[in-house]
Amino acid sequence: MNKIFIAIAAMSFSQTVWAQAIDVPDLPELPEGLGDLSSVTESLDEQASLPFDLTMSWDMRAGVRLQNDAHEKDMSLGETRLQVGIVKDFDTVSFNFAADFVLDPVADIYAVDLETGQGFIDVREANIVFSPIDFMDVKLGRQVLTWGTGDLLFINDLFAKDYKSFFIGRDNEYLKAPSDALKTSFFFGDTNIDVIYLPRFDADRFIDGTRLSFFDRASGDLTGRENPVVANRREDWFDNDEQAIRIYRSFGAIEGALYYYNGYWKSPAGQNAVTGNAEFPRLHVYGASMRGPVAHGIGSLELGYYKSAEGADSNPFVRNNEFRFMMGYEQEIGTELTGSVQYYLERKSDYDVYRASLPHGAIVDDKARHLLTVRLTKMLKQQDLKLSLFNFYSPSDKDGYMRFNVSYKLRDNLKIEAGGNVFYGQERYSFFGQFKDNTNLYTALHYDF
Amino acid sequence: MKNLLKLTLLLSAVWAMPAYAADTKNVMEIVKQANHVSYYKADDGRAKVNMRIIDAQGRERVREFVILRKDDDETDGKQKFYVYFNKPADVKKMVFMVAKNLDRDDDRWLYLPALDLVKRIAASDERTSFVGSDFFYEDVSGRGVNEDIHELLETDDKYYIVKSTPKDPQNVEFTTYKSWIHKSTYLPIKTEYYDAQGETLRSYTALKVEMVGEHPTVIASRMENHETGGKTLMNYSSVKYDIGLPSNIFTERYLRKVPRKYIR
Repeated sequence: MNKIFIAIAAMSFSQTVWAQAIDVPDLPELPEGLGDLSSVTESLDEQASLPFDLTMSWDMRAGVRLQNDAHEKDMSLGETRLQVGIVKDFDTVSFNFAADFVLDPVADIYAVDLETGQGFIDVREANIVFSPIDFMDVKLGRQVLTWGTGDLLFINDLFAKDYKSFFIGRDNEYLKAPSDALKTSFFFGDTNIDVIYLPRFDADRFIDGTRLSFFDRASGDLTGRENPVVANRREDWFDNDEQAIRIYRSFGAIEGALYYYNGYWKSPAGQNAVTGNAEFPRLHVYGASMRGPVAHGIGSLELGYYKSAEGADSNPFVRNNEFRFMMGYEQEIGTELTGSVQYYLERKSDYDVYRASLPHGAIVDDKARHLLTVRLTKMLKQQDLKLSLFNFYSPSDKDGYMRFNVSYKLRDNLKIEAGGNVFYGQERYSFFGQFKDNTNLYTALHYDF
Repeated sequence: MKNLLKLTLLLSAVWAMPAYAADTKNVMEIVKQANHVSYYKADDGRAKVNMRIIDAQGRERVREFVILRKDDDETDGKQKFYVYFNKPADVKKMVFMVAKNLDRDDDRWLYLPALDLVKRIAASDERTSFVGSDFFYEDVSGRGVNEDIHELLETDDKYYIVKSTPKDPQNVEFTTYKSWIHKSTYLPIKTEYYDAQGETLRSYTALKVEMVGEHPTVIASRMENHETGGKTLMNYSSVKYDIGLPSNIFTERYLRKVPRKYIR
C-alpha cells in the first residue's frame, strides 16, 4: 500500500517537474507604470454587420486652364464623384464591384457610356474571381489590368488608358480605364502565364477634343470640342477582339517576362482615307521585360516591337511599325525621398518608305522619338504630406510635360490636394507641345467614409 | 622594472582575453535568442496589427493590417512578410510584401489594387518610418544581429541589459542602443536609442505579453519618439503560429489575389 502510494506520488511529482520544465516560462513583469493597458485596444470591426465589404469615398475637384484656349472651356476640371466598392467573398468565389457616380458639369453629359466612361456612372470593376483548379486563377468581367515595368510609360501594357483623366488632374488610379475581359492565370511553380481575352476591343479614353484641345494634322490646326474626333470604333463582339499573353518568372531577385499582344492600336493611329474618321488599325506587339535590384535601387528594362497593319509603312493613313525601348532606375535618395529616371525610345521602322508615302507638305515625324522622365517623391509630416513631381522631356521633339502634386492628409480619411499639369514645347504639333493650351492647375478634396 | 610592468600588462591582457571572449560569446547568444523570439518564432505566423500613431499635439492616426510571416529555414536568416492593409481607407486592400535578405537589401513589392499594379520598391534605408508610424522598418522586420557590437552591461534578477553599438554608424541615426532582455523569455522589454550626447532618441516598451501556444508574445507595445514628442502604440490580435502558410503566398499571384483564408 505504502509502496503504491509512494509510486503514485513519485509519478505525479515527476509529472509536475516535467510540466514545469516545458511549461510557461515566467512572463516578464512589465516595468512599473507600464502595466497600464488602457492603451491596448482591440480593433473594432465596424463592418461586422454588413454581409459584404463596403468601401466608399467622395472626391471633389476643380481645375482651371492657366491660359485662354479657344477650343475648350476655361474650367479644365469641375466634378464630384462618389466611389462605391463592394467585395463579397464566398469560399471559392469572390465578387468585386466598384463604380463612380459622377456629377461633372464641365463635361455636361449625363447619358451613360460604359466604354468611354462618359455619363453619371463609370463602372470600374464588376467581376468574379475563382480558382477552378489549384494552379489556375480566373477573373471574369470588368476589371483594371496592368503589367509591365514602366512608370507612367507603357510598352507591353496594352490595356486601356484614360489620358483625359491623366492630363486634367484626376487621381492617378484613373489613368487606367477598365477592360471587359477574361483573365486566366496559370501558375506552374517557377513559370507563370497570364492569358487575357477581351471579346470586344476596348479603346483608350484618348484625347478626342472634348476635354483637351490637340493638333489635328488633317486640318493643320489646333482643334477641340467644337470638332471632336469621330472614330470608327471596332465594336463587333468576338470579331474585334484582343488577346494579351504574358509569360513570367523570377531568376533569383530578377523578374523576367515575355509578352504578346494581338489586337488594335489603343488610341487612333490611322485615318479612313474616304471619311476622314479616326481608326484603330491592327496591331501585334512582341515584347520582353526585366526588373530587379541594381546598386541601391530597382532597375528595369522593357522593349517591344509594334507590328502595325499590313502595308502600314507605305500607307500615310496608318501608323508605321515601331520598335520601342525603355530603361529605368529608382532609388531612395534621401530621407523619405525617392527619385527615379527613365529613358524611352520609339523608333519607326521603314522610315524611308514612310517619308516617301507622305503627301507634300505633311508634317514629318522624326525617325526616333526620345523621352526622358524624372520622378521625385518626398514625404513629410509622418507621411501625411506628400510632394511629387514627374517630368517628361523629349529632346527630339523639344517638348515636355510636368506633373506636380501636393497632398496633405488632415485626418486619416480626409485629404486635400493641389497640383498642376504643365505642357511645353517649341512646336504646336509635337506630342506634348500640342497640349500647351491645356496647361492647368487643380485642387481637390477627398473623403473616405 | 619597466619590463616587468610590460610583462604584467601583457599577462593580464592574455588572462583577460579569454574572459572577454567568453563574455562576447555569451552576449551574442543572448542577442541571438532575443532576435529569435522577437522575429523568428515558429516557422510562420500571422497577426492582426492595430497601430495608433499619436503626435505631440495628441492627433491620432490609425493603421490596421494583417501580417503574415514565413521563415525560409531554421537559421533565423531569410524570411518573407506579407502585409495586407485594412486602414486607413486610402490604403485599404493594398499589399506590401518583403523578402528579407541578410546579405543585401531586402526585396520589397507594393500592390496597388486600384491600378492592378505590382510595383517594386527601392529599399535601402531600413531606418525610416514604417507606414508613417514611430516604428521603423527595421523595428518591424528585425535588425541583423551582426550589424552591431553587443556588450552585456549588467544582469539583474529579471533582465540582461545589453548595449549595442553599430559597426557602421553612417547607416543609422543612433550612436548606441540599450536593450532590457527578459531573462527567461528573452523578449526585449525595453529598448532605448541614444545619440552621441546620450540623449534618448526613441524608446520601445513592451506593454503586454501573452502566451500564444508555447510562445510568449508581445501583444502590445509602444514606440516613443523623444525628438518629435510622438508615439505609436502597436497592438497585436488573433496571433497564431505554425499555421502552415504555403510559400507561394509570397508571390505575385497572391499580391493580385488576396489569400482570404489567411487574411481573415
